[in-house]
Amino acid sequence: MIDITLTAWQVLLIKLLVILTVVPVGALVGGYAEHKVMAHLQHRLGPMYPGGFHGWATTLADGLKFLYKEDIVPAAADRRVFTLAPAAIFVPILMIYLVIPMDRNLIVEDLDVGIFYLLAMGSVSTIGVLMAGWSSANKYALIGALRSAAQLIAYELPIVLAAAAIAMLAGTLSLVGIVEAQDYPFAVWPPGIGLLAFLIFVTGAVAEMTRVPFDMPVAESEIITGPFTEYSGMRYIFSHMFAEMGHMVAFGGIGATLFLGGYRPIVPWEPLEYVPGIVWFFAKTALMIFLFLWIRPTFPRVREDQLQKFAWKFLIPLSLLLILVTGAWVIYV
Amino acid sequence: MSSVRGDVDAVARGEARPASEVVAEVAEGRLATEQMILNVGPQHPATHGVFRLLATIDGEVLVDAEPIIGYMHRGYEKLVEVRDYRQITNLVSRMDWLSNIQNELPLHLALEKLMEIEVPPRAQYMRVIMLEMNRILNHLMFFASFGAELGAITPTFYAFREREEIQIAMEMATGGRMHFGFFRPGGLREDVPKGFLAQALKGVRQTIERLPDYENLLLGNEIFKQRTIDVGILDKETAYSYGVSGPIARGSDIDLDIRKDEPYLVYDRFDFEVHSGRNGDCFDRFWVLVHEVVESAKIVEQAIEDLPSGPIMGKVPRVVQAPAGEVYVHTENSLGELGMYLVSDGDRRPYRLKIRTPSYSNVSALPEVLRNTYVSDMIAILGSFFFVLGDIDR
Repeated sequence: MIDITLTAWQVLLIKLLVILTVVPVGALVGGYAEHKVMAHLQHRLGPMYPGGFHGWATTLADGLKFLYKEDIVPAAADRRVFTLAPAAIFVPILMIYLVIPMDRNLIVEDLDVGIFYLLAMGSVSTIGVLMAGWSSANKYALIGALRSAAQLIAYELPIVLAAAAIAMLAGTLSLVGIVEAQDYPFAVWPPGIGLLAFLIFVTGAVAEMTRVPFDMPVAESEIITGPFTEYSGMRYIFSHMFAEMGHMVAFGGIGATLFLGGYRPIVPWEPLEYVPGIVWFFAKTALMIFLFLWIRPTFPRVREDQLQKFAWKFLIPLSLLLILVTGAWVIYV
Repeated sequence: MSSVRGDVDAVARGEARPASEVVAEVAEGRLATEQMILNVGPQHPATHGVFRLLATIDGEVLVDAEPIIGYMHRGYEKLVEVRDYRQITNLVSRMDWLSNIQNELPLHLALEKLMEIEVPPRAQYMRVIMLEMNRILNHLMFFASFGAELGAITPTFYAFREREEIQIAMEMATGGRMHFGFFRPGGLREDVPKGFLAQALKGVRQTIERLPDYENLLLGNEIFKQRTIDVGILDKETAYSYGVSGPIARGSDIDLDIRKDEPYLVYDRFDFEVHSGRNGDCFDRFWVLVHEVVESAKIVEQAIEDLPSGPIMGKVPRVVQAPAGEVYVHTENSLGELGMYLVSDGDRRPYRLKIRTPSYSNVSALPEVLRNTYVSDMIAILGSFFFVLGDIDR
C-alpha cells in the first residue's frame, strides 16, 4: 500500500479535473450516441466516415468546425449579457456533477443536502437562457426565452416532488445515503411508488432539457433555435448543443443515482460485487441517456398551451398524490 | 415598437409607449400586453422556400397574418410566349417541382385538342401510370415534411424509403429524378424500358403494404391528434369562395376531383375512390393526403394490368404548330386544379398561356384560417396547406 498525502490544493485540483472531464466527455459521447441511436431507429446508418470506425470522431470534428467559425455578436445586442450567457448556461451543468457519487468514494463533495443542491443547480442555467434570449434583440429569441422560463417553472415542480418522495423513503438528503438505502434498483422503493416517481422524473427531465416532445423553446420549425438564434461558433455550441448534451449526462446521472441504485450492482448476486462501482454508475447513466434519446425520434412536439396544461393539470397533481402516498407509506408501513 | 428592448427613440417619436405608462397599467390590475409584428420568412424553415408571412402576435396568439408572395416569380407565362411548344414542356414542369410530370399534362392536352391529334391508348395508359406515380411521390413528400414540422423527424426517413423505389422506376423510364420532360404532343418521348413495369409494381405494392404502419406512426399518435384536430378549420363556404381545390378542399368536405368529375385520358376506366374529410381541420387534410396515396397506387396497379400494346406516339406533323384558336384544359394536379388556357394565333409558339395553379388559390385562403390561432398552430396550418412555392409564384 502506498501512502499518499495530498495538500488541500492538490485535492481541489483533482476534483476540478474530474468535473471538467466527466461532463464534456460525456457530452461528446452522448452527441455521438444521439447520431447513431437516432439513425438506427430510422433505418439509416448515421455518420460512418469521420475517424474511420463507424464515424466515432463525428462530434470531435463538429466541435472543431464550430471552433473555427466566426463569433458574431449582433449590432443591436446587449454585448456584455450576450457574451456572458453561454457561460451562465454551461457552468451550472458542470456543477451538477459535484455531488453525484460515481463510486462509493469517488465523489467531489458529499453534501448533506446533496439532492437539494442538485435540483437547484439543474435549473440555474435557465437564467442563462433568459439572458441569451433577452440580449439577442431578436423576436424569435425572446419568444423562445420566455417559453423556456415558463417551461422551467412548470416542470421543475414535478421533478422536485419526485425527488422529494425518494428523499422521504431514503430518510436522507445526501446522495450517498440515498444510494446506500437502495440495495438494487427499485428494491427498497415500494412497488408503484418508485416507478411512478421515476416516470414523473423522466418526463420532467425531458422538459427541462427542452427536448422533443417538450422542445417548444427551441422548436426549429417555428422559432428557428429560440434563444440561441443569434449565436454562432463556439458560443452556440456551449449555449445549445453541448449544453443540451451536458444536461442529458447530468440528468442521466441524477436518474441513475436516485432510481437505479447508482454505483451498486443491478441484482444482489455475489460475483457482480467485484465489478467496480464506477462501471455500474456509467452503465446506468448510459441506460438513462438511451431512454432520453429514444424519446426524441418517437414523438411529435406538443403545443405551448398543451405543454402547460399537461404540467399543471396532470403532472403536478400526480406528483402531489405521489407525495401523499409516500408519506402514508413512510408513516404506516 | 421596432425593437424588443425598450426603445427610447421610439418613445420620443411617439411610436411606443413609455415604460412608466405600462407599469402603471399593470399596477392597476389591467395587464398591458402589446402586439408585436413578427416577420416569418422569407427565409424560415416552416415555409419550404421563400414565402413570407407578416404575423401580428400577442404573446403566443396570432392576431393576424398576411401572406406575402412573389419572391420566386420567374415569369413563366411570359417566357413561354417566346418558346417553341416542345421547349415549353420542360419549362412548365419546373413550376411545381414536386409534381413535375403532372404539370406537363394540361399543356399537351390543350395542344392535342387544338391540333386534333389522337393519342394512342398505350400512351394514354402510360401517362396515367406516370401521373399517379408522381402523385405518390408528391404526397409522400408532404407526409414527410408535415411530420417534420410538428417535430416528428422519423416519418421523413420512412417516407423517403418508399419514395426511392418509385423514383427508381421513374428514372428508368425518363432518365430524370426530378424534371422528367417525358410527355410529347401526341404521346410520349419513347416507350418504357424493360423492367420498368416490374419496378413500378414493386414500388406501389410496397407502398400499399407499408402505408398503414406510417399512418399509425402519425395519425394514431396522441400528440399528433392534439396538434391537428380542430386546428386550422377551413369551412366549406370559405374554401369555395377562395377557389381552394385538391386535398385541401377535399379535407373540407368538398367532393371535388377532376379525375372523377370530368375524366380526361383514361381515368374513367379505373376503379378508385375520392376521399373527403368532414371538419376541414389539419387532421382531415392530412388524412385525405395519406389516403390518396393508396388510391393512386391502386390506379397504377390497374393501369399496369390493363396496359395495351401498340405505338406510343400519335400522328403528329413535323412542325408542331397549333391552329388559331383557344382552349382551356384543367387537370387534377397533386395539390389541386391545374388549369391552362392556351391561345394560339397559328404560330409555333403560344400567343398566350394563362396558368391557374392550385397552390396560388389555396394559399390565398390562409389568412382566414390563421386568424386567432397560436404561433405553434401556424406551423401546423402552413404544413397542412401543402403548397409549393414555385407553384404559387411561377
